[in-house]
Parts: sequence; structure tokens; C-alpha cells
Amino acid sequence: MTEERTDEPRDRNNWAPNIERLRADGGVNVGGRRLTGPQQGFGPMWQKTYTVRIPGVEPERVISEWKANYGSFWPSHSRFNAPVAGIKPGEVGNITSMQVMSTGIMVLYTDETSFSFMTPEGHPFAGWITFSSYDDDGTVGQVQLVIRPSDPLWDVAFLFGAAKGEDLMWQHTLRALAAHFGVEAKPETTLVKVDKKRLWKNAGNITKNAAIGSAINVAKAPVRMLRRA
Amino acid sequence: MPQAQVAMTVRDGANGSKVIDIDGEITAFCEGVLMDAYSQADKPETKVIVLNFDQLGYMNSGGIGLLVTMLIRAQRNNHRLAAYGLSDHYRQIFSLTRLDEAIGIFEDEASAIAAA
Repeated sequence: MTEERTDEPRDRNNWAPNIERLRADGGVNVGGRRLTGPQQGFGPMWQKTYTVRIPGVEPERVISEWKANYGSFWPSHSRFNAPVAGIKPGEVGNITSMQVMSTGIMVLYTDETSFSFMTPEGHPFAGWITFSSYDDDGTVGQVQLVIRPSDPLWDVAFLFGAAKGEDLMWQHTLRALAAHFGVEAKPETTLVKVDKKRLWKNAGNITKNAAIGSAINVAKAPVRMLRRA
Repeated sequence: MPQAQVAMTVRDGANGSKVIDIDGEITAFCEGVLMDAYSQADKPETKVIVLNFDQLGYMNSGGIGLLVTMLIRAQRNNHRLAAYGLSDHYRQIFSLTRLDEAIGIFEDEASAIAAA
């Protein structure tokens, strides 16, 4: 297994550059914010895995098409504005959900058979989402989330339906992905509660809550219009 | 499913610690190997579990997800988790993913055990 370690790691170009904060012009509830892993979130930690079988399509092609058409596989109530440069390490994508809430993601990692997003402060959950495709007696497309609800408000929202909505969204995405290749398939879902604890030290994350931030942004819109006039 | 391209061996370290030597690639496909190594290190007398990344050849985001899952298991069992042997590149990834806020990163095995 041991190989001589070289100065240039094989995965160097797959990862986003190390940053302290997202660019200031990254969008509402995204610009200037820090990225959050599960340990920076609040609620119980979940590993959610959704899979769909896409026989006859190479995993590399699944991921290539997934990257190129990412937002089109989403349900109609949410919109993903893909980075101009595409799904590449370090790029930021903006999300509008239910036509009012704005947040985003940063592309953390990409390679030929997978890509991952990391969430900024205020996003409904803190953590990573990995999209991958692999061969397991036929090609599988997979979404895996390792996440916690970001703050107490999102935690309550997850308890009262948002978690189920999350499941439905990724199941829809995988059905749409399979349909893109002409396959009608039913996704499978595996939910594992990795940690039932709440991280109360992170309860203050609520000050960055994207739903609250979006509401404030909408409320301030008339003031911005008057200033421009 | 692709095979894990990694070998992990568990050995006794100083002061009641266990060291997991990681040789190869950390990806989502090494979950079985990583959790088996953790189970070997997870003894009632274990105070700290140290991950030796000196022979880490490759890591993807699926691998990072496994490490945080392992971290939760360690915390649940009152073990501290520390790491050493990370190249500058992988230190940057631990910083980017903010995993370094939960897993202590050290220069060598002795300092990882001493600080834990």
C-alpha cells in the first residue's frame, strides 16, 4: 500500500482553496460568511444517503451530466443559480427556495465520479453534501448529506417537516437524474442519526439564519429603492 | 462497490493511547476499514485515539465525512481524537472543512499524545 510521498498530492486540484470567508459579493446570506461543517451546526447530526440505479451509464458520464445540468434536476419550488464557471472547486452557487429564502453553497471538491458542496453560515443545515456515482452491480447515483440543522430555528423546522422536505427534494433529484438517462427508477433512502446531541454552544448561529436574513432583506427593499431613486 | 484502497493498523501508543496508522486513500469506500480500526482502538482504558496520516496518499470529501462520523463515535465514548503526519495540503483541507476545530492537529505522535 505504501507509495513514496511526493510533494504534489494527487487530489490537489480537486479541492477548493482554503478560505476564511466567502467572497463579499457572494450574494444574500452568502457573501462574507464562513463555511460550516457538521461540528459548527446545532441540531442532531444525520447521515442521509439517497441512491438510484442508472444501469448502462458509466459513472463518469453520470457525474459529468449531473454537473452540467445540476439545477435542472431540482424540484420547481427551489432554484439553483449555478456558478458562472460551472461546478468547480471554490465556486459559489446561490439558492432561492420557495421564492423568498436566499442562501448558497460552495463547491468543496470535484473529481470524475463525485462532487461535494459545503454550506455557509445561515443555510438550513451545516455540513457537506456529496454527489457521487459508482459501480455496484450496475451504476448507482448517490447523494449523501452529513449535516446538522444550523441553529435552533432550523432544528425546529426540521422536526416539523423540513427534514421530510429534504428527503423528498433529493428523491426528486435522483428520479430526475435517472430520467435524464431514460431510466425510470425509484430512489432508496437510508437515514442514520449519527449524533442525537444538540450543540448548544452553537445556538447563537440563529443570528445568521438565512430565512430571517431573507425576510429582513425583503423588508428593506423599499428603502433601497428610495435611495436609488 | 469499489474496494477501499487503504490499510489501517492499530497499535498501542504512550500513556494509554491507541494509534491508528493509515496507509493509502481515505474515501467513502473505506468506511468498513476505518470503523473496524476504530473498534479495535475503542477500549475502556483508551484515553486518546491518534490518527497517523503520514502515509495518507489521497483523500476526497467522502473521506472527510467518515472522519467526522468517527469523531462523533469517539466523543460519545469519551475518547479524544488527535492527528499527526498531515502534509501542508491536508492541513489546509482540515482547515477549509473546519475539521481542525474538532480534531487536534499535531506535528508528531509524541506531541499529539502529550496534548490530549
